[in-house]
Amino acid sequence: MSKHRHITVNESANVSVIQFTDEKIIDSETIQELGQELFDLIEQEQRNKIVLNFSNVEFLSSAALGKLITFDKKAKKSKAELILTNISPEIYQVFIITNLDKLFQIKDSEADALAVL
Amino acid sequence: MITFAELRMATSPLIRTVERSLPSSLAGGYIEFIQQVLSELTKLGWQQRDLFGVQMALEETISNGIRHGNKEDPNKLVHVQCRLGPNRFWAQIRDEGKGFFPDSVPDCCCAENLEAPGGRGLTLIRGFMTRVSYNECGNCITLEKRLDSGNSSTCHTRSTSPPPK
Repeated sequence: MSKHRHITVNESANVSVIQFTDEKIIDSETIQELGQELFDLIEQEQRNKIVLNFSNVEFLSSAALGKLITFDKKAKKSKAELILTNISPEIYQVFIITNLDKLFQIKDSEADALAVL
Repeated sequence: MITFAELRMATSPLIRTVERSLPSSLAGGYIEFIQQVLSELTKLGWQQRDLFGVQMALEETISNGIRHGNKEDPNKLVHVQCRLGPNRFWAQIRDEGKGFFPDSVPDCCCAENLEAPGGRGLTLIRGFMTRVSYNECGNCITLEKRLDSGNSSTCHTRSTSPPPK
């Protein structure tokens, strides 16, 4: 049985490709658990090339953004590379409004991310 | 001078009302209420792109009211009234807390705050709504989204409008 409830992890040429299992990342319990699963990728499993694929995600709240920012900080501290991909136009608008498109490295597709990692 | 387009939008009909007093719990009860509002707007012809903005504004205002306003006190409620029309969404969200000063919230878009884990809710509400206003003490927020006017006229005033006709 997978130890992850909110993500799936696939390995592709030394890169960990993460898919979210929740379409809407809203409620506080989900966000808390999701955050811990992401943090474990770096802190427990020492993964250092990570792609977060948002193709399943239809909505996320500012609390979920907070977890992503903390994840990004942990990644930088561990010198892990992190790229976000397959973000819907609506969610991309969230990143634009909050200027987070300047903080995260964002690519259109998983293939684009794998090409630079 | 009021333009014809502004006059037409100001009188754009609001034909459905959805209201609820929600418990101060982030466990998810309020999420069902938001889904009900989105479902009503879908029946009125709203498209996914615009529903996303309404969902974001309601999610952030109600969760702010529960978390920061009522401090998750089970004896307090968050009161929400939504008025819906084919081209216009209006909502008033009031918590039972002491209120706050929106201008005192740091700008999350500044470089020095970019990595702060919190403080993005208000920016998202303003970004997706056409108009946003607060009452004097800051425990009641009024939202309005008008389709075909974009979000460029977003303004932030210190008065709370009465429910529109």
